[in-house]
Amino acid sequence: MKTYKQVFSELGEQKRAALIPFFVIGDPDFDTSLAIVKTAIDAGADVLELGIPFSDPIADGPTIQKADIRAMRSGMTVRKGLEFIRKVKNYKDIPIGLLMYYNLVYQYGTEQFFTDFHQAGANSVLVADLSIDDADEIVEPAVSAGLDTVFMVTPNTGPERMKLIASRTTGFIYTVSVLGVTGIREKLSDMIGGLVGKLKKLTGVPICVGFGISKAEHAATVASAGADGVIIGSKIVGLIESNLGNREKMLAEISTFLSEVKSTISPCTN
Amino acid sequence: MKYKGRFGDYGGFYVPEVLIPVLEELEEAFYRFYEDEQFVAELAQLSKNYAGRPSSLYYAKRFSEHVGFKVYLKREDLLHGGAHKVNNTLGQGLLAKYMGKAKLIAETGAGQHGLATAMIGALFGMETKIFMGVTDIERQSINVHKMKLCGAEVVPIEGGTGTLKDAINDALRYWTAHVTDTFYLFGSACGPHPYPTVVKHFQTCIGKETRQQCLEQIGRLPDIVVACVGGGSNAIGIFSGFIDDKNVRLIGVEAGGRSLSSGKHAATLVAGRVGILHGAKAYLLQDKEGQIHDTESVSAGLDYPAVGPEHCLLKDTGRAEYVAAEDEDVLDAFGLLSKTEGILPALEPSHALAFLCSQKGKLDAEQIVVVNLSGRGDKDVGIVEKRRPLEN
Ligand SMILES: Cc1ncc(COP(=O)(O)O)c(C=O)c1O
Repeated sequence: MKTYKQVFSELGEQKRAALIPFFVIGDPDFDTSLAIVKTAIDAGADVLELGIPFSDPIADGPTIQKADIRAMRSGMTVRKGLEFIRKVKNYKDIPIGLLMYYNLVYQYGTEQFFTDFHQAGANSVLVADLSIDDADEIVEPAVSAGLDTVFMVTPNTGPERMKLIASRTTGFIYTVSVLGVTGIREKLSDMIGGLVGKLKKLTGVPICVGFGISKAEHAATVASAGADGVIIGSKIVGLIESNLGNREKMLAEISTFLSEVKSTISPCTN
Repeated sequence: MKYKGRFGDYGGFYVPEVLIPVLEELEEAFYRFYEDEQFVAELAQLSKNYAGRPSSLYYAKRFSEHVGFKVYLKREDLLHGGAHKVNNTLGQGLLAKYMGKAKLIAETGAGQHGLATAMIGALFGMETKIFMGVTDIERQSINVHKMKLCGAEVVPIEGGTGTLKDAINDALRYWTAHVTDTFYLFGSACGPHPYPTVVKHFQTCIGKETRQQCLEQIGRLPDIVVACVGGGSNAIGIFSGFIDDKNVRLIGVEAGGRSLSSGKHAATLVAGRVGILHGAKAYLLQDKEGQIHDTESVSAGLDYPAVGPEHCLLKDTGRAEYVAAEDEDVLDAFGLLSKTEGILPALEPSHALAFLCSQKGKLDAEQIVVVNLSGRGDKDVGIVEKRRPLEN
């Protein structure tokens, strides 16, 4: 199974940042969702971030909330998430980071969840509503299940905390570019350059940036600020929403957008 | 964070990283000011002259005759704003002021906490935004209007069932994007640490007063103390005064909605399972995989699928008991108190009254039961009118 380490070191040699699209599994339904993810892989995704829908996603803005609702209405469940990941891995061996809200992991049984999803092919599980202060609840079970750990850093995370977060992260640091929830934004946050710079000085762990990256030029700026990966969520989830009646067009627009981003972030300019 | 905010294994602060620094700031400020001489004096003055504390303890003679034991009402309904919520909003509002915050946000279900926050926003000259589900906006329209008159903006929330849970989701999202200048004035003794501790602290006045009033007026402690439980603030407020009095039974009454067996209720402690929502580990109403259930109750203030962490611990240790009252019995109890005492209770504490009605013939005549009458029923007259049309 391809690891984050392999992917980031290959990309590092090529001086490229990783293209990391985010989708809600099962949005708008299981089969279309799988076709979307395959399209994203074909368009050059280096890593995937996949979320299992939750009824109360407090870290998400309207676009991803609606995706969660679509997926749940179409019958998506945690258990079907396992099957989905297996199918993606059969298509291509690409690292998959799961993005979860804690209650779903907790109800499944944290250790069992990590074990089963590792077996299905996930590389890491980021729990959006569990901070580094409670890392003990997930790090040990994640590591013993064979998963990497991913934690978030936000623009208001202090330097000591950044160090602590880096010390417990084996996959990559999910760097949130804004004070806010996920969502499409016109402008890139001006906090991002400084934040990536600070983290780079503190740690050798890969730094991936997400939240609000909505244009190819945003991605290019993030990559040239030194980020190891660019996570794009709401923008492409929005392309699902705006093309719900037309699957071909949906796939084409996602493919076009991701290809465009891919070309602007590679090769990385610094 | 300095403290873990745990009640047994319950509570904690399960929130995204971006909210940790603001919760830390709140925790720090709370412990800096809550015993500060000037802060305490200013809060005491406002509690007395603005809110109307102490609230009275009233022996409800005719209601007592009806149920067959002695019922005393802790009259939080007489406070400014019409509910216990002002105790908390004065406390947290003052904290916000001491912290130099210029903007307040709050969630609300019944609109009582929203109103109490809007009042304090006006009092301190702070810009105030209230997040409220669309279902609640419709069923508690009088409070919406009052909030606006106090100068607050009411933000309608469409998500989910348009009730309290959805309002909290969006208030948290808004706060995430406005952490630098905005104080989130949380309405109940639940949510992430330090809120359960902060809100409880500002509601303990209910329990302290009640205990002293019992000793002065009755000459002894009550046998039972009853309160309704939504998030749990009025209940933990009054329970706190009696927690060490082991002979005093503490009973929390949750929303039984249509009925427990119908699944359409909000009886979290009675029928829930432990999980994590809105920053805390607590009993939740949820499906097998952990998706949070939609709840249903005639009372907007109890229509919530989680509950404060301290109540979870009190349930597990057996120190408090939790039961549910169904909508129809609640409406009966509302009618009974109105008729026998000329006091219109809010539908939330009508749950506590419904429990008393269920004890008719089970408690002996000398038993003394104190009910926290957490709010008045003006806001609910429309609902009662619809559910129980008056015969002419
Ligand atoms: C009058 C009244 N009582 C009780 C409640 C329930 O809240 P809590 O359980 O925090 O006291 C509310 C909530 O809106 C209320 O308005």
